[in-house]
Amino acid sequence: MAKKAVLVDLSKCIGCRGCQVACKQWNGLPMEKTINTGSHQNPPDLSAITYTVVRFKESVEGGNMAWTFFKDQCRHCLEPACAEFGNDNAEGSVLQHATGAVHYVTEKTKAWPEESPDAFCPYNVPRRCPEDKVWTKCTFCVDRISNGLEPACVKTCPTGTLMFGDRDQVLAEAQKRLTAMKKRFPAAKLIDADEVSWIYLLHQPAKMFQIARNLRFNETRYAKKGVGSSTVVTAGAGLGLLGLLAQRKEKVQKEEGE
Amino acid sequence: MTNHWCDIANSDCILIMGSNAAENHPISFKYVTEAIERGATLISCDPRFTRTSAKAHIYAPLRSGSDIAFLGGMTNYIIANNLYNREYVAEYTNGSFLVNEKFGFHDGLFTGYDKETGKYDKSTWTFQKDANGIPKQDKTLQNPRTVFQLLKKHFSRYNADLVSRITGTPKEKLLQVYKAYAATGKTGKAGTIMYAMGWTQHTVGTQNIRNMAINQLILGNMGMAGGGVNALRGESNVQGSTDHCLLWHILPGYLKTPRASLTTLEKYNDKFTPKTNDPNSANWWGNYPKYSVSLLKSLYGDNATKDNCFGYDYLPKVDDGANYSWITIFQDIFAGKIKGFFSWGQNPACSGPNADMTREALGKLDWMVSVNLWDTETSSFWRRPGADPKKIGTEVFCLPCAASMEKEGSITNSGRWMQWRYKGADPPGDARPDAEIINGLYVKLKALYEKEGGAFPEQVTKMTWDYEHEGKVCAHMIAKEVNGYFLKDVEVKGKPFKKGDLVPSFAYLLDDGSTSSGNWLYCNSYTGKGNMAARRDNKDTSGIGLYSNWSWCWPVNRRILYNRASVDLNGQPWDKAQPVIRWDPKAKDGAGGWVGDVPDGGWPPINLDKGATKWPFIMKPDGVASVFGPGRAEGPFPEHYEPLECPTVNLLSSQQLNPAVKRWDKEGSEMDKYANVCDPRYPIVATTYRVSEHWQTGAMTRHTPWLCELEPQMFVEMSKELGRMKGIQNGETVIVISARSQIKAVAMVTERFKPFKIGDQIVHQIGLPWCFGFMGIATGDSANKLAPNIGDANTMIPESKAFMVDVRKEV
Repeated sequence: MAKKAVLVDLSKCIGCRGCQVACKQWNGLPMEKTINTGSHQNPPDLSAITYTVVRFKESVEGGNMAWTFFKDQCRHCLEPACAEFGNDNAEGSVLQHATGAVHYVTEKTKAWPEESPDAFCPYNVPRRCPEDKVWTKCTFCVDRISNGLEPACVKTCPTGTLMFGDRDQVLAEAQKRLTAMKKRFPAAKLIDADEVSWIYLLHQPAKMFQIARNLRFNETRYAKKGVGSSTVVTAGAGLGLLGLLAQRKEKVQKEEGE
Repeated sequence: MTNHWCDIANSDCILIMGSNAAENHPISFKYVTEAIERGATLISCDPRFTRTSAKAHIYAPLRSGSDIAFLGGMTNYIIANNLYNREYVAEYTNGSFLVNEKFGFHDGLFTGYDKETGKYDKSTWTFQKDANGIPKQDKTLQNPRTVFQLLKKHFSRYNADLVSRITGTPKEKLLQVYKAYAATGKTGKAGTIMYAMGWTQHTVGTQNIRNMAINQLILGNMGMAGGGVNALRGESNVQGSTDHCLLWHILPGYLKTPRASLTTLEKYNDKFTPKTNDPNSANWWGNYPKYSVSLLKSLYGDNATKDNCFGYDYLPKVDDGANYSWITIFQDIFAGKIKGFFSWGQNPACSGPNADMTREALGKLDWMVSVNLWDTETSSFWRRPGADPKKIGTEVFCLPCAASMEKEGSITNSGRWMQWRYKGADPPGDARPDAEIINGLYVKLKALYEKEGGAFPEQVTKMTWDYEHEGKVCAHMIAKEVNGYFLKDVEVKGKPFKKGDLVPSFAYLLDDGSTSSGNWLYCNSYTGKGNMAARRDNKDTSGIGLYSNWSWCWPVNRRILYNRASVDLNGQPWDKAQPVIRWDPKAKDGAGGWVGDVPDGGWPPINLDKGATKWPFIMKPDGVASVFGPGRAEGPFPEHYEPLECPTVNLLSSQQLNPAVKRWDKEGSEMDKYANVCDPRYPIVATTYRVSEHWQTGAMTRHTPWLCELEPQMFVEMSKELGRMKGIQNGETVIVISARSQIKAVAMVTERFKPFKIGDQIVHQIGLPWCFGFMGIATGDSANKLAPNIGDANTMIPESKAFMVDVRKEV
């Protein structure tokens, strides 16, 4: 089966959160007991029973109000750090499906050590259930996509924010949309297109979105392997996520070369 | 909608005002997004920066209740800058008509106002007629008595500086909106308006929409692809329920409810059949008697004969001048005049204004039947917080009913598409489809009336009622009756029909009792060709997304209303790239004919045959659209009046409030209290709205866990400035107080609300969702406890979108 991908075109997202509900429905996940904290964002974060959440951010730029919606979930990295981490600790606990889906064998994840998710995920996505200790996250609806269906959230999205297809087809569409979008949004850019299966197209600068940034990632995960350094972490923080990942890649390549 | 959902994608400029489509009609954004990708400009006008505003090219804030000032300013801008479509105004509207010399307007009042009765004598709101009884016209639009010149004069007062002082919209934002929208007046361009309850729920609701309709007419946007006036309905089948006479003042197909004084069918038909002396006016409502008689035949069958006025006598009549709309009904329940109440698929305890009064009123009933999916705030009003069930004598019956996916039938969406739906699952337990409940009730009632008699039993016992097939109500039998049958062998327009044939379209309905039709507008929906609403051909051959073979659209599958106004006098489209229809001289084997959408009648274009042509607005007696609209209660042109409760005197005239509204503080219940104008106790403007995550009063959604987690609590949105002033932090619980009640809510202190500068003062506004109540998983106080009982002067829709409150921290 060909590698699959999803384009998340945030210029089209209206924050309706149909994706959150569709995800809960398909995966049979219970509701979270939430309260209104002064934001429409709810549940406030990802959790062991919430695989995707739309993060709302308000900002005022040059007197103009902006309100952005960032649908967050597992990016399904092509070289997932969590797979290394997980399988080091419990063999067979993370599977990489031919579609590109990074799949947790939840029972086996119970054996993972107590750890902050940002220790092994550059996007700070997986969550551990406090009761039964399993780790969970978005499954890429691997059961659906292996059977010719799009993921549940893609199916329900009313505006075309989410586009699912073969990876090369999605990448081509992403480039096409990026070019078109730059006319209205000069700062538009694609995020981590070469590294993940869930590719984000941001129409506005990254700082206008509420994106989980993982600064501990290098420090912990790659320090262990002798890759990271405090210099990189500092520089990475300044450059943002994209810069961080680019540097990570460069470092890895350098290591491998040596 | 004059157009339809898919058609939004054709627009060059989309104005979303009085609506928050991204949140409340998310699917519409499929088409809005498509239009934007094709180069359209999106404008969002709203007191609050919403998820719709987040996607807009231009966002303009305005104070709730100031829409006519805003829109009248647009009218003024379009005319003053010569951006209107002169030919369209002269040929397709009554802009060229000469108005009665005695008609006038002074200081907020049109001629004919009677202060004592609060009503207008409309005898001067008329046109000058020629010797043949046809309105006099000046197609150059120069005569000072033309509608166009009067319109120009009327709105010349609405200059941007004054409008800005009334609305609180910064002047440069106003001009930005006006410029972008008025650009659609250019030939070949089309702008659309998407509105909802943000426009209707005002004492001037009807005139809000009138004003935009006028703007659409002078810009030449009616009938065009990507144009029109588009009401976004709040439920999937609101359009269908309105078409089939959910409201008290109409019968199916917008026929009029008979008045007591109209004692015979002849008088009734005469009263409601408009006349014209213009041979070029199709005056389609001239067919009224065919539709009313066909309706009576569908209701009373063989019991409807020529000798008994086709059963007209059986029809219930309403008292002349009486009003039986929502507010009146609840006033009458409160006053003990109404003793029994069916609350069917609704939740008045949350949805009606002055909810404390509504809930109190329910306790004065002898009995109430609640037909619903859930135990709602209405069915449980007697155990609401603070109520003592021992003191409430109302007997409540709950009849569980099936949800839409648990039964077969049709819905008609906002775009007038009648779409057949199939049953997906059986209803749980003893829940039954509404039709089964109604059928059961009818059978029992009929038997009782036959056995016991009673007051006027014939209207029940003489009715035709034949919907059962194998012991179940059959949706197809109802749909066929709605379409209508030939009741005898007859030839119409040269075509022979047999008794029992389905009528192919309303053009074949007759007024002699030989046809039936439960709703003439739907005649053509279920024909000899089958159930048209069940069609599922998703190919579009029109090039403009009409999808004419997908489902069925009233009337006669016409997807864009007034489409003969989308062409010039030669029958060629104003918009060459997106033609709705076009006159093709080669069509019909060289006889010539229209191609494209189903035209508003097949008559030739004006320039082709001045004798045979008919003007394009066929539902109007004069054949043209009404820029001057004398049918409304408060004036033929819109005029800005302040809401009943407001933070300012009217800066345009000394007439503060819509002069034709009915106030309930003097003759309503003792629980009807209003704030004064500029009342220092209630200095903050409040409005109500929906959220994506809950539907209407939340009866369905607040029982759905996944939706409750998204919006779990009642909230109030306010500006950071107001938060600072009141010492309120984001996320704190606050109290919101109006003249009627008070509620608790979580404060959402946000940049998305900003204070307004109104006149010379700073005015704050807050916003409240109206989806909460005390039942279900996600509970909270109902915003409608705060809203007043006061209605629009024409429709009596409550003014829930602009009233006055105060806010304070919970102590």
